[in-house]
Amino acid sequence: MSEGENEIAVHIGDVVKVYGSGDSAHTALHGINLDIRHNEFFTLLGPSGCGKTTLLRMIAGFESVTEGEISLYGQNLATSPPNRRPVNTVFQQYALFPHMTVAKNVAFGLKMKGHGEAETRARVDEMLRLVQLDRFAERRPSQLSGGQQQRVALARALAPSPKLLLLDEPLSALDLKLRQAMRLELKQIQRDAGITFIFVTHDQEEALTMSDRIAVMSEGALQQVGDSRDIYEAPVNRFVADFIGETNLPEVVIERYEGDHAVCRLGDGSELHCSVSEGAAAAGERGHLSIRPERLSFTAAGEEGSIRCVIDRTIYVGTDTQYAVHLGDGSELVVRVQNEAGEELPWSAGDEVGLRLATGAARLLSD
Amino acid sequence: MSGRESSSQKSLRRYPGFRAVALMCLFLLYVPILVVAIYSFNDIRSITTWGGFSLKWYAKAFSNPQIQSATWNSLVIAVSAATIATCVATAAAMGMTRGRRFRGQGGVFAVISIPLMIPEIVTAVASLAFFLAIGFTLGLHTILIAHTVFCIPFAYLPIAARMQGIEKAFDEAAKDLYAGRWRAFRYVLLPMMTPAIISGYMLAFIISLDDFIITSLVAGPGSTTLPLAIYGLVRVGFSPEINAISTLLLLVSMIFVSASYLVSRIGRSN
Ligand SMILES: Nc1ncnc2c1ncn2[C@@H]1O[C@H](COP(=O)(O)OP(=O)(O)O)[C@@H](O)[C@H]1O
Ligand SMILES: [Mg+2]
Repeated sequence: MSEGENEIAVHIGDVVKVYGSGDSAHTALHGINLDIRHNEFFTLLGPSGCGKTTLLRMIAGFESVTEGEISLYGQNLATSPPNRRPVNTVFQQYALFPHMTVAKNVAFGLKMKGHGEAETRARVDEMLRLVQLDRFAERRPSQLSGGQQQRVALARALAPSPKLLLLDEPLSALDLKLRQAMRLELKQIQRDAGITFIFVTHDQEEALTMSDRIAVMSEGALQQVGDSRDIYEAPVNRFVADFIGETNLPEVVIERYEGDHAVCRLGDGSELHCSVSEGAAAAGERGHLSIRPERLSFTAAGEEGSIRCVIDRTIYVGTDTQYAVHLGDGSELVVRVQNEAGEELPWSAGDEVGLRLATGAARLLSD
Repeated sequence: MSGRESSSQKSLRRYPGFRAVALMCLFLLYVPILVVAIYSFNDIRSITTWGGFSLKWYAKAFSNPQIQSATWNSLVIAVSAATIATCVATAAAMGMTRGRRFRGQGGVFAVISIPLMIPEIVTAVASLAFFLAIGFTLGLHTILIAHTVFCIPFAYLPIAARMQGIEKAFDEAAKDLYAGRWRAFRYVLLPMMTPAIISGYMLAFIISLDDFIITSLVAGPGSTTLPLAIYGLVRVGFSPEINAISTLLLLVSMIFVSASYLVSRIGRSN
């Protein structure tokens, strides 16, 4: 079978997971539908407890599927035990075998698959070079740093050339600098290896920087699937807008729809043109907007097309300055303005200023 | 933690008479043993006067055919009982910590570990009654069966404790890397368990080697183990030979217990 660019690697159809039974039954996943493409860096993103690990473990074969089906390149996985699935996992705590050297850890999957000595050794060397640990082949995992252990886990999972690699929050045990470096490295390794990755994280920044596509999950259901830009720029509902990045979520009254735009009225009476997400409320009803703080800027008070507001607080955060403001009716917003070199902050607390929205900055959300 | 410990140690020392009671306990516990060990090298037949250094009681003990055969019996039984008990205990620990949870799991744990708390004489009488009821003639095989059974909980405890400490992620990682159930056990779980298994084995071995009460009830005529042989000799009349053989038994026990402790410590630090 050819594996073209748009071929579906993993199909997840109406998958439901119920833990326990009777009174203690708990539904962890409510009918998940997902198609993950060949060679994609796909991320499952959501807060802790939303069911990411559960879904990953079902794909790996460690949890039974209560309802629905999971298939890999068209082949239903229902009856394959984990050791028969061409799928490998990088575990959250790595689970490196402590009684084996780094090289033996990496060789384990190849040995179990029945590859010969010479072939195994060559592949282990190749993998250790890939993760830049060739000098550490004879060490025990306990003699490595966290970041090195993480890379051994990656090499071990990649060595048997799986069709699909699953990664459950692999970077969460590392410190910030290392985590940022590993993001780039992981993405590069995925491209070089040409293997489909499903990456699980609760860190939205991690998801945005690495993924080809992201599925945002909440409470066992998918909220939105799309690339980083879609998710950030065009969130479909309040959960996604709030979870990804920082945003203002003012309540508005929807005045009318004009083509694919809506005109909404803020609490202080000013009207805004906004893009509309699917499933938004009808004209005349109330709804919520998402306005990213960095899409707002200041001008002189009273200027044409600006909204009058008063600055309450300023917080200097290095790359930019964050302003907390309130509108005429007391409703509050956050504005972020990028800092210029050597410049004094042009606005300070107590100033009355005009608030300007970049075009397309406001988006009407479904609840 | 260490701060609290040291302060409680201080307060313990402040109890009046603590030192005296502690010294008396140590004295009563170890001085008789020390006397036995020292006088096993005595040149004359006395446990009160020292007549110079000699190994003659050891030589005499080694050439005593009764002691020879009892030692052989004890070793065969201890090795067999410890081996079988360790295998059963490992399988039980797998079932209890790795299998699917089942109803009455707590009950099974109690059934496995309660024998440690039952007075040994009760177990002994029960075993004897059982063998007689099913019409077994008493002999080495009844000793072996009884020893195997009461060694299981001793082997089980360290093995199950270690197995509980090994995260399920290791089993899963092995299976994820194409190892079936058996190979996941063989190449991952078992090597990680080895220190605990050795420790459990040595404990079971010593328990079997030292046992007197149960053995004395279920042993048939002629099937004598070392503790039974020593007891027999003592009843006939005291002889420094007994000191020698007791000292050897003590040495073996001490070696095994400290080795078991060391091995389990290595396992934990790994
Ligand atoms: N083995 C289990 N038995 C019962 N409930 C579980 C089990 N594993 C996870 N859950 C529950 O399922 C939900 C999803 O958990 P999980 O998939 O671990 O979330 P995430 O990885 O997104 O943090 C949680 O409410 C969790 O308590
Ligand atoms: Mg998780």
